[in-house]
Amino acid sequence: MTRTSFWTQAMAITKRDVMRERRSGEVLWVTLPFGAIALLLIPIAIGTDRPTLRAIGVGMFWVIVMLFGVLIAVRQAHTESQAQRDVVALTGIDPAAGYVGRVIASFMFLIGFEVVLAVVTVALYDVPLDGWAWMPLVMVLVGAGLSLLGTLAASIVSTGRSASALVPLLVAPLSVPLLIGATQTFEALRLGRSSLTWTLMMVIVILLLAIAGVMSARTLQES
Amino acid sequence: MTVHPGDAIGVFGTNGAGKTTLLRLLATLLKPATGKATILGADLATDARYDVRPRIGYVGHVPGLYPEMTLNENLSFIATAMGIDHEVVESSLAAVGLAGAADRRAEVCSHGMQRRAEFARVLMTKPDFLLLDEPHSALDGNAVDLVDDLVRQIIDSGGAAVLVSHDRSRVENLATYSVEITGGTIA
Repeated sequence: MTRTSFWTQAMAITKRDVMRERRSGEVLWVTLPFGAIALLLIPIAIGTDRPTLRAIGVGMFWVIVMLFGVLIAVRQAHTESQAQRDVVALTGIDPAAGYVGRVIASFMFLIGFEVVLAVVTVALYDVPLDGWAWMPLVMVLVGAGLSLLGTLAASIVSTGRSASALVPLLVAPLSVPLLIGATQTFEALRLGRSSLTWTLMMVIVILLLAIAGVMSARTLQES
Repeated sequence: MTVHPGDAIGVFGTNGAGKTTLLRLLATLLKPATGKATILGADLATDARYDVRPRIGYVGHVPGLYPEMTLNENLSFIATAMGIDHEVVESSLAAVGLAGAADRRAEVCSHGMQRRAEFARVLMTKPDFLLLDEPHSALDGNAVDLVDDLVRQIIDSGGAAVLVSHDRSRVENLATYSVEITGGTIA
């Protein structure tokens, strides 16, 4: 037995989560279709007036990404048992590496989720593609922020009996800066203004979440 | 209670007496609220307990396998995280009679097979301190012998073991000495 590096441990956790998702298909076959259906239902509910749909398209996309993305990011709160957590703890894996590994896995799922929903949004809402060159950057920032936040929230409530109820209550208010940052970036671009302030706000939120997650990983594992 | 290298201790008690809590404390999974305990030189009340975790082999009464992953994948995940050669995964599964089931998902394995896989995990990590909660439950005759061999292997190589069980006769055959736990107190 040789002591493994932080990144070897983190990648082992990522690989485990990706393997479990590939087998269970929770994101691909449950969350993703529901997200796409939610985007489809809105035009049915408010009518097919093209200017209205164009105006609300980007905002709807981010709202759906936030609501369903949270479900993806917090899924480990209810998919890992105490016995499984015990086994991982006894391997001696650095809890911070475990946190980073779970964040990377969630981030990968969220990016895939965002890409599919973006295509659906463009198709259904006929949104103008001005400023969409920024889309990859904003998607990455929102994906990173949600995965950091969701993983942290899942760690906080993982040992409680009310995890399913508590996680959305924790995550929803804390994801508001990401939602505002994402929507305002595109609004600024649409109005020909600089979106740097909003992008920076998202970067700061991500950095704070990363620091909080890594620093509290040991305490949360042992709670 | 003192456990020396080469010792195997049997812990008995009624339901709710605190046997599993004691085992989880010894496994460093719980921090003592009061009192003092030292495992492999690490005080359980301090962060030093994290350093000895890879030297502890713990099998609880609920399997900690990931149901969507095969037995091989479950053990390989642990091997990667702990820096164990992947060849050891196959030999450990073979040692508990699961070579033919290595590519079977844990969710389709019987409880007994999952227990065997847990023992393969412990075998793979070569612990200095073995902690087993109801080690013989849900196991057939061959697997019971495998568990006994695993315990003997650990104590013969200078390790120690604590076994919590209701099966007094079986554990007393293995144990160096036994203790009774009542209402959270070791008698």
